[in-house]
Amino acid sequence: MNVNKDRIKIAHKEALIGIGLVLFHFIWWFSFAYGLGSTDVDNYSYILGFPAWFFYSCIMGIIVMSIFVSLIVKLFFTEISLENEEFEDR
Amino acid sequence: MNTEASITLFTSIALIFFIGFMASRQQKTNQSFILDYYLGGRSLGGFVLAMTMTATYGSASSFIGGPGVAYNEGLGWVLLSVTQVATGYFTLMILGKKFALITKQYRAVTMVDFLKTRYQSKPVVILSALSIIVFLFSAMAAQWIGGARLIESLTGLSYHTALLIFVVTVLIYVTFGGFRAVTFTDAIQGSIMFIGTFILLIAIIIAGGGISSIMTDLQTENPNLISPFGADGSLTPTYVSSYWVLVGVGVVALPQIAVRAMSYQNARSYHRALIIGTVVVGVIMLNMHLIGVFARPILPGIEVGDKVMPLVALEVLPAWLSGIVLAAPLAAIMSTVDSLLLLVSSSIVKDVYINYINPAVSQRHVRRLSIIITGVLGIIVYLLAVQPPDLIIWLNLFAIGGLEAVFIWPIVLGLYWKNANKDGALASMIAGMASYMIFETFSPNPFGMHSVVTSMALALIAFICFSLVGNKYRQQRASFTN
Repeated sequence: MNVNKDRIKIAHKEALIGIGLVLFHFIWWFSFAYGLGSTDVDNYSYILGFPAWFFYSCIMGIIVMSIFVSLIVKLFFTEISLENEEFEDR
Repeated sequence: MNTEASITLFTSIALIFFIGFMASRQQKTNQSFILDYYLGGRSLGGFVLAMTMTATYGSASSFIGGPGVAYNEGLGWVLLSVTQVATGYFTLMILGKKFALITKQYRAVTMVDFLKTRYQSKPVVILSALSIIVFLFSAMAAQWIGGARLIESLTGLSYHTALLIFVVTVLIYVTFGGFRAVTFTDAIQGSIMFIGTFILLIAIIIAGGGISSIMTDLQTENPNLISPFGADGSLTPTYVSSYWVLVGVGVVALPQIAVRAMSYQNARSYHRALIIGTVVVGVIMLNMHLIGVFARPILPGIEVGDKVMPLVALEVLPAWLSGIVLAAPLAAIMSTVDSLLLLVSSSIVKDVYINYINPAVSQRHVRRLSIIITGVLGIIVYLLAVQPPDLIIWLNLFAIGGLEAVFIWPIVLGLYWKNANKDGALASMIAGMASYMIFETFSPNPFGMHSVVTSMALALIAFICFSLVGNKYRQQRASFTN
């Protein structure tokens, strides 16, 4: 293990962010789907033609995650060199 | 036979492959043949990386039945399918820069290379190569059958002719193009799927008289179709949630995904791929499965799930356009097959032959051997797909979950846990594989979740226990000899 310590630290931080994102995504997805979708179908409310549970959980879920991932990558991810100085792939 | 649709379908496919091939030839390279053929010389940019990831997820997607099942189950299956969106960011983030750094340091070209250097254990390497060869080989055969069926149902050609066309195209392409050509084609196919599913979805909404009226039709037929619980109410929250593991986070452990996570050029392309990947996977998954649900009121009574897409496309689009739109799923199947073929071939040539049979082999010989093995594999799969034996179909059922249970901890803990060792890795692979097969055969879905969840939990326990015990044992032995 002779890869630069700082770069490994950055890599670890970014992997943890990935876990955080997926947990957030799961909670968002689960609470809207089963929070709004568990009532009787006759009582569903609709947004743009879709049942509200589906609209928030699936459609908004994807939009929110896309925005989140973009922001987090832009703000918190560091551009590091992935080259290994000692071994060049030749 | 639908001539117009067939012509546009085949023209699109031919164009995709031609462009991919030419584009991949543009880049000159002075790297070793192995690195270039199996890993594209680690030169993928952000867009191509995101698209090739997306196209490769297609294999997991077809595993859960896709639009055909959504047609039968309703919105509940779309809810289950969008769990795949997590793969768009999670897979790349969790393997991330650490995987890129370490595999470069190890000079690894395949996932097995990584395991080999990390664990320094012959049994781990042999077991990995074997799981890849057996499971991906069967997964591949099933994909070829699916591809041929799609050509058959759209063009009206016989199954055998369709299969032959399919096989010849794939073989020529993958044999001569290698990894880079495959990923370039993936990029074009991903783009067509992105646009194509949009066109098809909009056409279906118009044909169905708007989203509200489609929802009313579905509710009139069976209210459960627009609930999260599936047509007969059997999709429980626990079961659906467990798909986050099977087609979401567990995908990290699939060799065809992992190999892509070591193929990018630099941190910038990795960042771009995260963003593009999330958006593209999200849109394609949502659209593709909504198409399945919305097709139901328009074309009721389709019995074979695989035919939903082609039939509804022919119904709501002009024939020439449906040929182009359907080039997308067909292309996705092809690119899945391409990458699997390449992976199995790399396992044989690199992981087994060069590692253990003939380490001192020359560059020229490796090149010839890689191309020959890839070609021969293709021909064997073709022969299997003509008359698929039951064994293949049975193995394919285990392929995705089985590979995940085998590889997830050796990869993830091997990267992030310093106490991970070969005892843990070996125990985890055996526990994961055995328990998954036992659950799937004798009592599927323990605790109401997909079997893969319980198997992964057992594999994790095995990994940690055996790693710790193994380390302790070695420490004791070391202190004795001192």
